[in-house]
Order: sequence, then C-alpha cells, then structure tokens
Amino acid sequence: MEATKQDYFVPFETILRDYTGDTSQLIPLLQKLQEAYGYLPQDIIVRLSSHTGIKVPEILGVATFYSQFRLTPMGKHVIKLCHGTACHVNGADNIGAAICDELGIALDETTEDGLFTIETVACLGCCSLAPVMMVDGEVHGRLTQDKARKVIREIKKQEVSAQ
Amino acid sequence: MKVIVGLGSCGIAAGGMKVYDKLYELIENTPGMEVSLTSTGCMGMCFAEPLVEIQDDQGSAVYGLLDEKSTAEVFQAHIVQGKPLEKYIVKSETATCADDTFFDKQVRIVLARCGAIDPENLEDALAMDAYKGLEKALTMQPADVVNEVLQSGLKGRGGAGFPTGLKWKFAMNSPSDQKYMICNADEGDPGAFMDRSVLEGDPHSVLEGMIIGGYAIGASEGVIYARAEYPIAVKRLEIAIHQAEERGFLGKNILGSGFDFHIKVMQGAGAFVCGEETALMASVEGQRGMPRIRPPFPAEKGLFGKPSNINNVETLANIGWILRNGAKEFTKYGTEKSKGTKVFALAGKIKRGGLVEVPIGMTIREVIYDIGGGSSSGKPVKAVQLGGPSGGCIPESLFDTLIDYDTLSATGAIMGSGGMIVMDEDNCMVDIARYFLDFTQNESCGKCTFCRVGTKRMLEILTRITEGKGKEGDIEALEVLAEQVRKNSLCGLGQTAPNPVLTTLRYYRHEYEAHIKEQKCPSLQCRSLISYRIDPVLCTGCTICARNCPVHCISGEVRKTHVIDQDICTRCGTCKAVCRFGAVIVE
Repeated sequence: MEATKQDYFVPFETILRDYTGDTSQLIPLLQKLQEAYGYLPQDIIVRLSSHTGIKVPEILGVATFYSQFRLTPMGKHVIKLCHGTACHVNGADNIGAAICDELGIALDETTEDGLFTIETVACLGCCSLAPVMMVDGEVHGRLTQDKARKVIREIKKQEVSAQ
Repeated sequence: MKVIVGLGSCGIAAGGMKVYDKLYELIENTPGMEVSLTSTGCMGMCFAEPLVEIQDDQGSAVYGLLDEKSTAEVFQAHIVQGKPLEKYIVKSETATCADDTFFDKQVRIVLARCGAIDPENLEDALAMDAYKGLEKALTMQPADVVNEVLQSGLKGRGGAGFPTGLKWKFAMNSPSDQKYMICNADEGDPGAFMDRSVLEGDPHSVLEGMIIGGYAIGASEGVIYARAEYPIAVKRLEIAIHQAEERGFLGKNILGSGFDFHIKVMQGAGAFVCGEETALMASVEGQRGMPRIRPPFPAEKGLFGKPSNINNVETLANIGWILRNGAKEFTKYGTEKSKGTKVFALAGKIKRGGLVEVPIGMTIREVIYDIGGGSSSGKPVKAVQLGGPSGGCIPESLFDTLIDYDTLSATGAIMGSGGMIVMDEDNCMVDIARYFLDFTQNESCGKCTFCRVGTKRMLEILTRITEGKGKEGDIEALEVLAEQVRKNSLCGLGQTAPNPVLTTLRYYRHEYEAHIKEQKCPSLQCRSLISYRIDPVLCTGCTICARNCPVHCISGEVRKTHVIDQDICTRCGTCKAVCRFGAVIVE
C-alpha cells in the first residue's frame, strides 16, 4: 500500500523538480499535473500548495476559472463536441442529440462505466468541416448523425474486443 | 517533381494524414520515382480538403477532396505517367477549373507563404523572403521602425482596429529597464480560425513581427499566448523558435546588431476573456484572467508591472512585409482610412469556405459570391455574421457595404478578428442571438455586475422567446438591458456582448415579433415552435425514419404510411434528414 502511494506522487515530484519559486508558473504547472493525472485530484492540489506556498483557495480559484481544468476524473475517451458558430448553424445540436442518445448520457457527463465523457467546446477551429467533433484528439468533420454514431460504435467495439 | 500535402488542422481533420501516408507508401513502393513529398499548412481552400499540390515542369496543379482511392488514381495518372487527372483538380496553372475564381480577387500579404512552404522548414520560408524585414529593421533606428509602421496605417487585426504604430510609439516612449512584447494568439471567437492557420502555416512571419516590434519598443522578452486547443500551432511555433535561434534571428546579439530578444510560448487554459489584453497579462502572471481598469495602459504598466505591447497574430504577420516592401507599398491596398488586407475565415452555409485574404474595401457581396461561391445549401443567403460574439449580423440587403472598420461599425457589426459566418433562410436570427448570448454569458469573468448578471437576464429572455413563451415587452426589456450592459462593463467582452442582439433586433425585428406574438419560428428552427409530420401521399413505408428515430416515436408497418407521435417527438430532425422521398414535413 505504502509503495503505491509513493508511486502516485512520482509524476508530481518530476513536474515540480524544475520549479524555481516563480508563482506565475501556476497555470503551466496545473496543465502538466492534469496531463499526468487526467484531472486535478484534491490531494495533488494540497501538495502543490505546500510546495509552492500558493494558498489552496488561490489554486482552486485559477483551476475553476479556466475551462481546461477538471476537478473530477474524465472518461477514458473524451468526445469534444464543437459548438462554434459554424457548427451551430450547420446543426451541431442534432449531432449532440445523436451522441447523447448513443451513450445514454447528457452533454458534459461521463458514462457509468467510465469509458466516455461528452464535453461541449467553444470552437475547434475546423469551421470549414462543420459540424465537427474531436474524439481522443482526432477530429471528425462533415458529420451527420449517422457518422457520429458510427465513430462511437467503432470505439465501443474496440473496447469490447480488448476485454 | 514536388508533391505537397496540406496538413493544417483542417487538412488533418479531413483525412490529410491518410492521403500523405498513401502517397508515401506508393512512392516508396514504385521504383525509380524522383519525387519529393512534403507537407504545408493551410492552402486556404478548406472546402476541398484534403488537398495535394503537384508541381512539375507543366506547372502546378492542386487536387482536392481526395481519399485513399482517388489518391491512388492521381498517383498513377499524374505522378507516374505525367498526365494531370482533371476530374479531381481544384486549381491549376495550366487548365481552367470552376474553383479558380476562389483566388482571383484575393491579395496575399499575411498568407503569402501560408500553404506555399513547409512550415517546419526554415529554408522554405527564407526562400520566400522571411526575416528580410528584420534585417532591414535592424539597420534603422527604433523610432524610424515605429514611424514606418505608423506610416503604413496598419490597424490592429484582433478586432478593435487601433493603429499599431501608435501603440508601439506609446510603448517605445515608456522608459523602463524591462519591457515585454506580447503576441495575442488566444483566438477565442467561435467560428474563426485565421490566427491558427497563420501560426500553423507560417510561424516565422509572426516571430519576425515580434522581433521587429521588440527592437522598436525596446523589449528583450517576448511572450506568445496561444490557445490550448491549438496543439499543432504550438508545436510548429516551438520548432520555428528553435530554428530562428539557431540561425541568429532570435536570442543574443541578433544578426550581429547587439540586440537581444527571447520568445517563449505560453498556452492558455480556455477563457475567452483572456483575448482582452489586461486579462491576458493576468493569465500570463498565473492568475485568474480578469481585466483591469485602464489607465494605466499596458504601454505604461503591463505584464509584471512593466511597459508592454500586445499585438494580435495577424497584425504581427504584416510587419515583416511592411518593413521589407516599405509602408508606401502597403498603403496601395485598402481604403483611405484603412490600409492593407484582412484575412477572413469564411464558414457556415457557404459553398467554398476557407481562409481568404482580401484588400480592405472590398464589398461583402464580392467575398461571399465571387470568392465563396454563394450558399452551400442552394437556398438564398440570409445574412452574414461578422465579429463573432462581439459583432453582429448583416442582412443580405446590405451586402454592398465595404469591408472597412468604419463602414462595418455603421451597420452595428464590427470588422472583428475575421470570422465570417454565412447563414441561409434556415437559420433563425433569434436563435443566433441566443447562441451568442449563451456564449458570452458563459465566458463573462464575473467582475462587472452588468456583464455577469445582465447577460444572464438577456439570455433568459431570449431563451423564453425561442421556446414560444415570449411576452409583450420582452423586446423593450432586451433593449434596455443591452444598453446597460454595454455602458457598465469594464472590458470589450461586456461592452460588445449585446451587439448580436442589437443587430438582429435592428434587421430582423419581425422574427422576434413572430416568435412572441404568433408563437411561430419563421425559419422553422426553434424546436418548441415546430412540429414534424409525415405526408401520407409521399410516404412509401420504407421504415427508414422509424429505424433512425432516436426516441422511437415513429410507428407504421412496412409499405404503409408512418406516423409520428407528437408527444414523444423531440423534433431532432433525423427523420427529415434520412427520408429519401421528402415525405417528412416540418411546419
């Protein structure tokens, strides 16, 4: 048990190794920590506070201000549904409805098995391919409801065969 | 022979990597091929992605909308046999094709190298005059550099349109041991991708602008604040910075001039308000991105309390060109009051969407019809939205308006950073206003009460109207709130947040009235106000609608008329989209 706990903090120690006491580095630090842990766990925030001297409420103030940071774990596959203007006028709402129906959850929720999170984002910048979504970093454009469902079914299939 | 694959974000999203890999495989497996395969950034013709350009002794031909199969056909015909395959060509030096007109009216200053060079190869950029402007600037006095930019008439391309030279002059005249040159690459407007394309396609142009600016104002440190959602842009910027340092364009004693300048990239964390300069600086300092009261202006007290100058990506990408060719050359483009060109991200219901650069002073009509080819749906264009959440909708009747800071402001919209979203008859203007208010309300940092609460109240009213629950007096309440939010907000986000509502009220008041008084959405978009039914004459009973309905509310036997249960129907429109007989009617 003790060993696992120590392992847990290894990424933290690595990220904080180069910290020089410059508190303006808070946002890049949080970005790196989130990349390592998938989200910002409470114990990591507390540890960051004692390491840097930045108070916990201040860290939380920054973490909750920016939409990139998450205080709860995300699903294994993150679906970022673009809701930029071009996507909106090209029917992003309907794409969202199809994905929600396919996964049985609402927007900005995570499935119970922890496999999928649907997140709405302001704009992915691929407006000429609207409507678009990004799944695990890969952009899928010129979507129809059918195409969006197929992308998700494909991942589900891979998950099942991996088990 | 040179084969170039467009690998900007759009190109990759459309399948550009698959095309690249296919070409790589085909070239490797074919003996005796003397072909150099490279990649480039955005070529501008986003509507035809993925794109491949082939340059040989016949000239250049650009192929569009390729997949693995058509890539193999093009490879066989053009690359192996030297015969261009016309059916996939979208732009050619030798043959004429329908989409040639896309570039006819464009002038490329900012995008000159975008889509023409490999953005990860400095030699490519140097062969097209990168850093020549810097070389020239370093032989001049800083005050003369500022003067040159002032003479060019260049205005900030981020939206507000403040003269860049003047901004530099203030920063130059502010005495300090340390100054900062900041590049605002936090392109937050939904529906805009100009800055991303420039950073991905020609990062050196932005670095060159920053170094020249640093020299002019006397800064030794540069910061690029880039959106976290743009990973490719950040990666290419970092490569470009490294290359520029190796060649002595950046770092200590630049090109032997004695001038030192360093640039670092900081990734934003997702907050629209950080596009505002004082909020951006707070974010670089590691705080919540909230705007500060001005004065003091950043030119006196900016980042870490030191004099700072912030310019947008596109603004900076103009600088090298201006220094290289002279301010006078730049003033040949544009109108009397606004000089140069403007890059627009043309998207929405447009046939040929993409990245376009036009001389300031062109009409909206020319951009939408001559360059963009009109609407993608075949239905008449209804309006164009300029300036994103800070801008407004311009109706078709005003499409002869010149694209210029002053004339656009007179319509109630703004030039903005360059998002240009085309809408057709199917788009409801009340819904568009609600969409933008939803955005600004979400992104309000919360500092000013009118922005924080006022936008929320406006959103509630707009939502109510789109749900058919609008009341007498709602329009007037919106107008009062709009004025209060505009007047009592500290930064641009709040001051301009009412613009989408005010412009739609100005040009499409009848749509608001139809929603409120008749409970009707004239564009048949607002779900609470429409219903779907199946025409018994046209329905063939093919069952496709019933099989695709996400809430299973369509019933009927095979080859018999189907019926929609109105109580369960969510009006998602799937049935209408899948019906092959036009039997689903919305009213």
